[in-house]
Amino acid sequence: MLRGLWRLTWLEIKIFVREPLGLVTTVGVPVLTFLVVGRAVAGQMQRAGSRLPAAVSVDLPVLGAVLIALSGVLSLVAIIAIYREGGILKRLRATPLRPQTILIAHVLVKLAITATTLGLMILAGRRVYPVGPAVPLASFAAAVLFSTVVILSLGFLIASVVPTARFAQPAGAVVLYPMLGLSGLFLPLDALPPLLHGLARLLPLTYVVSLLRGIWRGDGWPAHGGDVAVLVVMCVLCTAASARVFRWE
Amino acid sequence: MMPSQTAVHVHGLRKAYGRTVAVDDVSFDVQSAEIFGLIGPNGAGKTTTMECVEGLRAADGGTISVLGLDPAREGSLLQQRIGVQLQEAQLQKRITVGEAVGFWASLHRHPVDGHRLLEQLGLGDKRNAWFMTLSGGQKQRLFIALALINDPELVFLDELTTGLDPQARLAIWGLIRGIRERGKTVFLTTHLMEEAERLCDRVAIIDHGRLVDVGSPSALVSRHCPERTVVVTAADPGAADRFRTLPRVTAVVGDGPQLSIRGLGDDFVTDVVRCLAAHQIHVTDFRTVSPTLEDVFLKLTGHGIRN
Ligand SMILES: Nc1ncnc2c1ncn2[C@@H]1O[C@H](COP(=O)(O)OP(=O)(O)OP(=O)(O)O)[C@@H](O)[C@H]1O
Ligand SMILES: [Mg+2]
Repeated sequence: MLRGLWRLTWLEIKIFVREPLGLVTTVGVPVLTFLVVGRAVAGQMQRAGSRLPAAVSVDLPVLGAVLIALSGVLSLVAIIAIYREGGILKRLRATPLRPQTILIAHVLVKLAITATTLGLMILAGRRVYPVGPAVPLASFAAAVLFSTVVILSLGFLIASVVPTARFAQPAGAVVLYPMLGLSGLFLPLDALPPLLHGLARLLPLTYVVSLLRGIWRGDGWPAHGGDVAVLVVMCVLCTAASARVFRWE
Repeated sequence: MMPSQTAVHVHGLRKAYGRTVAVDDVSFDVQSAEIFGLIGPNGAGKTTTMECVEGLRAADGGTISVLGLDPAREGSLLQQRIGVQLQEAQLQKRITVGEAVGFWASLHRHPVDGHRLLEQLGLGDKRNAWFMTLSGGQKQRLFIALALINDPELVFLDELTTGLDPQARLAIWGLIRGIRERGKTVFLTTHLMEEAERLCDRVAIIDHGRLVDVGSPSALVSRHCPERTVVVTAADPGAADRFRTLPRVTAVVGDGPQLSIRGLGDDFVTDVVRCLAAHQIHVTDFRTVSPTLEDVFLKLTGHGIRN
């Protein structure tokens, strides 16, 4: 049904890896940042000789994961805009590929990159950052990838409406990063004024953070069925909306 | 169903972008195994027409049938059987020529030998080059390779030789004629009148989104520019008046010994030759000038530059 999907995905991965800057910013920067911060935290902890406060031991990995997901989404927004402006999307559409295959390939590329970055981070983090044995890493990784898919669907919506490639990355950043402020990572949701609290409940990152925190702490998936359900609905809505407004050129 | 000898059937095609009407009630047929050319000034609606036929754009009105399929609804099926070269397209900057050809080949059930195709198009030693490092003409040749990779029954070429050097152009003309010889159909646009005249079996002229005329290049020339010209250099001062008495002559102009004699009909040149002989007019130069498709084009679409 999705003829050519794997080939196209593999081709796009190869092409992505050939661009040194893209690789550094989407994979290198998050991993390095995490290492530096993790080392500092670990050093502090050794000096204090105490357990880490939850804000650090849980929220730091969650923040790291969310940042990885967001950088993947931003890079998707940029690449779709560039491909559209260059007529590459149109050129690919004039083939037996189904339109959705072309777009799904990009989603898979971003997921592969997110997974790689996450894996590197976990491997590297193990050495400097004390991950408790209770943390279900596989489950956490699955939750991050699931969250990435949801945010990617929002990314497609952004990519559908940005007018030019130059504008794409900043536009994506302006939409996505402020969500982080209301996601509950920096301020507890209950501390927000009612209006902002209401707004936060409409944003996917709020549910992403809740889900990731819970999984990291060791809650099972069933405990976060509500988050998952809301995210699935948001993903479906964003996908349906971008299917209507997506422009190929 | 339409008869099998019609590859493309377009009837009453209409397409507007906002308030710009790009294509306005255009109808034509492309026969199987012919090279069909669409010519017209910039912005005439050639690319729009072609992209509607390819299924890349939704028409606002009219009916289109391509190889018996509806391009708007049966796009994927159609793409298996056609080849497309777009006027303005790019590939991923860092895809190699070999990867592009390999990927395109993998999308089709019966691809041709990509190696050979690249050799034929003079890209044999560019197989490992990134797309972004190719010259304009090399990119163009790669796009032609991608359009031909599935040995399509019908190939669309939008400005196929734009940016190509004379050698590449001749090679590609040969390739295109080869396609027709194997019973396949070619639908192209071009701004080179010489290309249209030499390559196309039939040509459609489009202007301001409307079809002006369709026919073989020679039929269009005799229909719209039937006048031929004989240019002679004759010292005899009475020559001009002698030519004016010939029935098929429409005008004699010229200063000094060089005269341009214009006239109509197949026998016009013979008349001039006979007149020269009968009156023993001594000429030092004699040539005939036949109108070309370019004259037809300028006559039908005017001399003004398009915005
Ligand atoms: N995507 C678009 N959005 C808005 N207007 C468009 C678009 N594409 C084409 N047009 C307009 O439609 C008209 C026909 O354009 P088209 O590209 O079909 O012309 P063309 O005959 O291929 O010209 P050229 O010889 O320059 O390639 C032009 O007036 C053009 O400005
Ligand atoms: Mg055009």
